[in-house]
Amino acid sequence: MCIRAPRKGENYELSVDLNSEYRDKRKDAIKRVIASYDRRQRCCDFSLDLPTVLNTSLDVSGLFPDVLKNMQTDDLEQKKLVYLYLMNYAKTQPELVILAVNTFVKDSEDPNPLVRALAIRTMGCLRAEKIIDYLCDPLQRALRDDNPYVRKTAALCVAKLYDLKPELVIENGFLDQLRDMISDSNPMVVANTVAALTDIHISATSNQPSDSTSDPAIFVITSAILNKLLIALNECSEWGRVAVLNALARYDAQDDKESEHICERVVPQFQHVNGSVVLAAMKVIMIHIRNVRRDDLVKQLIRKMAPPLVTLLSSPPEVQWVALRNINLLLQKRSDLLSNEMRVFFCKYNDPLYVKIEKLDIMVRLASDSNVDALLSELKEYSSEVDVDFVRKSIKAIGQTAISIESAAERCVNVLLELINTRVSYVVQEAVVVMKDIFRKYPSTYEGVIPTLCANLEELDEPEAKTSLIWIIGEYADKIDNADELLGIFVDSFIEESYQVQLQTLTAVVKLFLKKPDSSQGVVQRVLNTATKDCDSPDVRDRAYIYWRLLSTDPGAAKAVVLAHRPPISIPRTTVSPALLEELLGEISSLASVYHKPAQTFVGHGRVGADSVHKGSEISDAQKALQTVVAGQQAENLLDFGDDSAQDGQPSGLAATQILPSTPAAANFLSGTSANPLDDLVSIFGGMETMGMGAGSPSAALSPTMTSMSSPFEGFGGPAPPSQPAQNAQPQEDLLGLF
Amino acid sequence: MISAFFIFNQKGEVLISRLYRTDFKRSIADVFRIQVVSNSDVRSPIITLGSTSFFHVRVNNLYVVCVTKTNVNAALVFEFCYRFISIAKSYFGKVDEESVKNNFVLIYELIDEISDYGYPQNSEIDTLKSYITTESVISSAIAAEESSKITTQATGATSWRRGDVKYKKNEAFVDVVETVNLSMSAKGTVLRADVDGHIQMRAYLSGTPECKFGLNDKLVIDKNSQGGASDAVELDDCRFHQCVRLNEFDTSRTISFIPPDGEFELMRYRSTSNVKLPLRVIPTVNEIGTTQVSYNITVKANFGTKLSATNVVLRIPTPLNTTGVDCKVANGKAKYVPAENVVVWKIPRIQGGQECTFSATAGLTSTTTRQVWARPPIDVDFEVLMLTASGLIVRFLKVFEKSNYHSIKWVRYLTKASGSYQIRF
Repeated sequence: MCIRAPRKGENYELSVDLNSEYRDKRKDAIKRVIASYDRRQRCCDFSLDLPTVLNTSLDVSGLFPDVLKNMQTDDLEQKKLVYLYLMNYAKTQPELVILAVNTFVKDSEDPNPLVRALAIRTMGCLRAEKIIDYLCDPLQRALRDDNPYVRKTAALCVAKLYDLKPELVIENGFLDQLRDMISDSNPMVVANTVAALTDIHISATSNQPSDSTSDPAIFVITSAILNKLLIALNECSEWGRVAVLNALARYDAQDDKESEHICERVVPQFQHVNGSVVLAAMKVIMIHIRNVRRDDLVKQLIRKMAPPLVTLLSSPPEVQWVALRNINLLLQKRSDLLSNEMRVFFCKYNDPLYVKIEKLDIMVRLASDSNVDALLSELKEYSSEVDVDFVRKSIKAIGQTAISIESAAERCVNVLLELINTRVSYVVQEAVVVMKDIFRKYPSTYEGVIPTLCANLEELDEPEAKTSLIWIIGEYADKIDNADELLGIFVDSFIEESYQVQLQTLTAVVKLFLKKPDSSQGVVQRVLNTATKDCDSPDVRDRAYIYWRLLSTDPGAAKAVVLAHRPPISIPRTTVSPALLEELLGEISSLASVYHKPAQTFVGHGRVGADSVHKGSEISDAQKALQTVVAGQQAENLLDFGDDSAQDGQPSGLAATQILPSTPAAANFLSGTSANPLDDLVSIFGGMETMGMGAGSPSAALSPTMTSMSSPFEGFGGPAPPSQPAQNAQPQEDLLGLF
Repeated sequence: MISAFFIFNQKGEVLISRLYRTDFKRSIADVFRIQVVSNSDVRSPIITLGSTSFFHVRVNNLYVVCVTKTNVNAALVFEFCYRFISIAKSYFGKVDEESVKNNFVLIYELIDEISDYGYPQNSEIDTLKSYITTESVISSAIAAEESSKITTQATGATSWRRGDVKYKKNEAFVDVVETVNLSMSAKGTVLRADVDGHIQMRAYLSGTPECKFGLNDKLVIDKNSQGGASDAVELDDCRFHQCVRLNEFDTSRTISFIPPDGEFELMRYRSTSNVKLPLRVIPTVNEIGTTQVSYNITVKANFGTKLSATNVVLRIPTPLNTTGVDCKVANGKAKYVPAENVVVWKIPRIQGGQECTFSATAGLTSTTTRQVWARPPIDVDFEVLMLTASGLIVRFLKVFEKSNYHSIKWVRYLTKASGSYQIRF
């Protein structure tokens, strides 16, 4: 059945064929017309130059009446062809489609149910204003047809009509009819009815103006409907089950008994061969399990979830990926879900990269004392693969394992050392970054590693790896004999380095000086000089000034600030906020759960529904409230100190810094854990520094900084994130920001 | 739900385009062409731009694409794409650019039938074939009657079966096909070994037969015969064709169903405990200096002498800078394939208990880069008839039908590996 598109001059020939007395000839002619039309459309889509299009495929619109004549036929295939032609044609020439209406209406009364359904389905797809008015009567009949195939087609047609002209649906009472059809004896009809009602419900709620609060209540699931859905669930087709399960997920259970009942009825769906049914069932369970009070049932449900989730991993890679993203989410809520199943997440060599990366994350989540050895040998294996991204993430995963499982940290460090010895540039660099994080978790534990790290100094060319090594050298300056030499290398090339490296070098050299004042006087002098005089970045200059001033006025205070105790880092179990996690668990299987983002962030319905706006603001309100509390606590400390200094009468920048390190706010500042209040803190910090140098009497200038944070001084500390915290905060972000 | 369905060829030309809903224009296809087809670095099967999400699946250089604007069930969209591919395969054999172009009217007909307004509908191949055909169907009074049968079937509780099937000889063929997944570490320890099994059934049974199917499932056997039966298999998870009554399986683990007519996949299962590895591969690979790699590989057939493994293919990776490989094999043929950087060693048959050896030296050119050879795993493909790696056995298949006819059942077992039996070295 090879269809060649007609060439120019064939129009007449086609017209003759369309009117031929032989069925096969007519059919072939229609196919050619469609082919030509299709090709033309495609060419237009690709915006090729028009003459070429016109030469290669002729305009077949003149043949419309000829094609239409073929609509009245006993041959089902020929009829389908004409319908197909009409579906494509209706959009471009709606006024001609009206000619077909009579045949459509006639077909909708045909004795053959396939023809009736086809007529209804096609009329709904035409999307031509004129034809819609003729659709209502046939649709009314079709909804009451005794053939289920026609009814199920009609049910969806109501949704199509609602999309085009909602008022017609309401006027004709189609909605009530749909609601009645939920009780239909045929499960497929029920499924399509549910799909249609949900569809209408969604478009009605999303198009609602945001100021009105009333729910249009198009599809409210009552307990009577619930029972019908639960019955249909076991009988309808796989796709129908997904629609029914989605409806079940929306149901608000009256009490815990009902929730239990729903869960028990839905659980068998875990055994379905279609992965989307399995995931949709998970979604229903995750929603209704919230109300289940019987612990044994909860345990049983969770236990039953594990095997089907693992089985999804033998699906095609795309489905696997969807499953993995959802597993990731489920593990954040129920970390015990797959505790014995880590091995199934081992990457196969030929898995696509997106699957591998997701598996890696899940493996780290499942790591425990008992399986950490297997995990590490896998991660080591991955570190020698070809894809650079994957290798880096594998090495990061080793770091995450070390940080989350203390007993395995040493083994992780040994693996990292082996990797460093491969001397593959990106492996070494990533390993150095990871080592720094391990030092931040377990201070002064693995100092024996430092010589190996330093030996690879010249291998490093990425800023992040460099800063990590410099941080390590600075932190352990007193234990590294040639720390001044090593840092000297970076001081020599100071101007060429990126700001990130410059800042870290500066801090490290100051640390070195504080720990070994005798041997490093020269280096610190040199670096401060270069940083304040030759450097472009205001951040670097600022920090250099701060250090310089600190060191020259009170080395004790400098020690307290620069060498302050930093709290060890940790890896949180969740990557999203608890409220969002709950929301996403109710969206299992959907796009939102794949992206780990609420649907509002990527689904735009023209106008955002009032409902979602309200909900959104609630969440952010809660977060804001938390932030205010944190900020308040810190502001308190600040104010204390502000008052003090004002009362003392002789406040100075130095006095301020002496107080700061002892306050929690300062600790926060140094570890860089909080976000907003920090900027304020630093703006004061920066402000004071300039005041100290610029204005003669700091006391006069200090009060404005306290009262208004938007003072001009903010320009010094504000715009680019503050130096020290930025440095410290970033690695942590990276650890978490694996994905 | 799914708003649009496209098929693109490798160049990004639209072969098939069907808009199910009004929220897109045909030009949305251009966006996909620019963002995915002409982008060499696509690292996710879903791309979301603004509020538009593109789901794509690749098959033989074609892109099967679904577009949506809603928060859809992502697994459903991919399952739908794969279902379309399998339907297309069963209709016209191979799914590639040529077959899509030749059958485009049929494809339009199919995609309109399996999805209406973006909601997937009946996609059972057997049923579809009864009313979407490549020959013409005459709609007369008789045909109308026929059609209402079809439509009842397409929507009914047993949408997968026609009621009036008749065979002279009632037969049912059961094929148990197990795919072994293995990853073995360089030290010879098994990192992961599991079996993906599927039971394929070809039922040529008259009427509406009620079938009961029994396996040596550990949970069933242990319950019935307290302690003892050691040959039972622990199934980690089972998934069934939609004809199987899931409720009954959930409560009593019995597999009962009314089968579709013809061929279908009755169930899939997974087993991880006590997996027997049919082929043992012992590789010794040494890098001699920077110019040579020596290989010594032994393959041992680890099953009864009456059985044999056929179509054994080992793909042994070589470093990227290999100039040539000198192979010595006692069985089969070995050939270096420079394009894929592997030596392909084919052995047509290995008897149970037999051992085959392979030794080779690969010559390398000197390179300036210091990149270490990643040593991808050795991949083994094979087939062993009448063996199940999991130890699964079909205990019975009972057929009950009103007319109480006699039926003949055939069971075959096959264990195979293709692409996931990997040994590191």
